[in-house]
Amino acid sequence: MHLTGKFCNTEGVDTPAVKGADGLLGEVERAEAALRAAADRAGAGSFEAVIEADQKIEPRDVMPEDYRKGLIRQIAQHAHSEIIGMQPEGNWITRAPSLRRKAILLAKVQDEAGHGLYLYAAAETLGVTREELTEALLSGRQKYSSIFNYPTLTWADMGAIGWLVDGAAIVNQVPLCRCSYGPYARAMIRICKEESFHQRQGYQSLYVLANGSPEQRRMAQDAVNRWWYPSLAMFGPPDSESTHSAQSMAWKIKRFSNDELRQRFVDMCVPQADILGLTLPDPDLKWNEQRGHYDFTPPDFDELMRVVKGDGPCNRQRMAHRRRAHDEGAWVREAAAAYAAKGKTA
Amino acid sequence: MTDPMSEGSSRVNQQARVPQRSGGTPLELADDALIAAQRLSEWVARAPTLEEDVALTNIALDQLGVARLLLQSLGDEDELAYRRGDAEFRNCLLVELPFGRARGDLDFGWTVVWLLFLAAAQKLRYEAWDNEVAAKAVKESAYHLDHATQWVIRLGDGTSLSRERVQAAVEELWPYTHELTEGIRDDWLSIVEPVLKEATLVKPSHDTWRPSGGRSGRHTEHLSYVLAEMQALHRAHPGVQW
Repeated sequence: MHLTGKFCNTEGVDTPAVKGADGLLGEVERAEAALRAAADRAGAGSFEAVIEADQKIEPRDVMPEDYRKGLIRQIAQHAHSEIIGMQPEGNWITRAPSLRRKAILLAKVQDEAGHGLYLYAAAETLGVTREELTEALLSGRQKYSSIFNYPTLTWADMGAIGWLVDGAAIVNQVPLCRCSYGPYARAMIRICKEESFHQRQGYQSLYVLANGSPEQRRMAQDAVNRWWYPSLAMFGPPDSESTHSAQSMAWKIKRFSNDELRQRFVDMCVPQADILGLTLPDPDLKWNEQRGHYDFTPPDFDELMRVVKGDGPCNRQRMAHRRRAHDEGAWVREAAAAYAAKGKTA
Repeated sequence: MTDPMSEGSSRVNQQARVPQRSGGTPLELADDALIAAQRLSEWVARAPTLEEDVALTNIALDQLGVARLLLQSLGDEDELAYRRGDAEFRNCLLVELPFGRARGDLDFGWTVVWLLFLAAAQKLRYEAWDNEVAAKAVKESAYHLDHATQWVIRLGDGTSLSRERVQAAVEELWPYTHELTEGIRDDWLSIVEPVLKEATLVKPSHDTWRPSGGRSGRHTEHLSYVLAEMQALHRAHPGVQW
C-alpha cells in the first residue's frame, strides 16, 4: 500500500545517540527471530503446552476466556492510546517552528494512526469489531494511557514527549514483542521499530533546545520538569497494587513487573539527561551501588488514579475531541456504506 | 506599492523565477503546496475514519515535501515560509480557504472536492515541468487525485445528505478554480468533469464570479490567519535553531 512506505519518516534526523536505546532495538530483533523459530516448531497441542513451550497462541487456537478477554482489554487500551495520543502532538503541527520539524511531527502523528490501525486489527483477531472497541472508548468503558491527559504547553513538549513518553512506551513495549499471543507480538515488533525513531527525534529536538538560546533552554527544562513524573506513572501502579499483573505474567503476556520496568526506564534516562544537560526533577535521584540501580522518588500514584478516573487536566478535552471527530464523521461513513451497498467500485 | 517578489527581492533566488505559464512559477507552486499542507494539517486526529487520518496526514506530508524542495531551490526554506508576510505569498486563493464556509469549519465533503480540484491542477502543472522534483510530485499528485476522486464519487453517489454536501462544496469552490487553472483550464476540465459526472454532481450554472489575486499577493481575509498560526513560534525566537 502506498501509505505504509511513508511510516518512519522521522528517520534521517541528525542525532546524538540515545544512550541505551540501541540495546532495546536489538531486543526487538531477537524477539522477531524467536517468533520465527516458534512458528517453525511443531504444534505443541494444548493451550498450557503452547505457553509452556514458549510458542505462540494464534487466533484459531483454543484459549481460556479470561486470556482472550484480558488481551482484548490490553490491546484495545493500547490502540486507544495511539489514537488519543495523536491529539497532544497534533496540537503543535500547525505551529512547528521549522518546516523540517513540521514534517517530522506530521510523520510521527501519522505513525500513531497507523499503530492504532495495526492494534485494532490485532484485537479483531480475538473476536471483537473495531466498532465495538470504538464504542468502548467513546463511552469511557475502556481506557487509554493517562499520559495523554496532560497538556502540551510549549514546543519543547514535543521533544520531552519523544524522549520520555516514547522512551517509557518502548521500555514497556519491547517485552511485549515476546508476548504469547502471536498477532499482538507481531504488531508490537513493527511498532517498536517505529517508536525507536520517535524517541530519537524527540531526544534530538530536546538536545537542540537545551543547547539553544536561554529561552529555548528554559523551555526544555520546564518540559522535562512537567513530563518526568507522568512518564514514570506510565508503568502503572506499584507491583503490590497491580490488579492484572500476576495472571498476565503466568500467561506470558507480560514478562516483567511494573516496578522492574520503571527501574529500567530510570536507569536509562539518567545518563541521557546528563548528555542533554538537563536536570531530572528529583533531588533524591542517586546511584545505589548496592542495588546496582538508581534510587528515585516514585510518581504520585494517587494523582495517577485521579487521572485514570477522569480528573486529569485534559481528560474531558481529549474525549470531547474524539467524540466530536466521530460524530462529525458519521455522515461520511454512512455515505461510504451506502455507496458500497450499491455494488459499484469507486 | 512595489511587488515584494519583484526583481531584486533578496529572499528569492532569481534563477528559479523563470515564468512558465502552464507549469506555474516555482514560488506559486511552492506556496500552493505549503498552504495546502498547513490546511490539511487541521485534519489531524479529526478524520471520519482512522484510515482517512492516515491518508490525509500522508497527503499533507507529500504537499509539505514538495513545498520544501521547491522553496529550497529558491532560497532558505524557513526564511521563505516563516518570514514573509501575506502579501508576499503567491499561492492561489483556493488553498487558503477554510474547509467550509467559515473560519474554523472542517467539512470532509468540502475537503475532498477541494483536493480533487487542487490535485488535478497540481498534476498538470508538475507534468509541464521536467526535473526531479516534478517527477516525484507527479506521482504523488496522481495518488492525491485518485484518493479525492474515489471520495467525491462515493459521497456524490452515496446518501442524499452526502450528495447535498458535496454538491454545495462544488458550487462554493468552483469560482476559485479559474485562478487555480489559469493556462491549463481545458486539460483540467477534462480530468474533473468526468469525475463530477460519475459522482452525479453538476457544475454551477452561474459562473461569472471568478475571484483571483493570489498570484500577485492580494489574498482573502483567511491567509493572514493561516500564517499567524504557522509563523508565531518561529517569529517569537528570531535567529535560533530548531
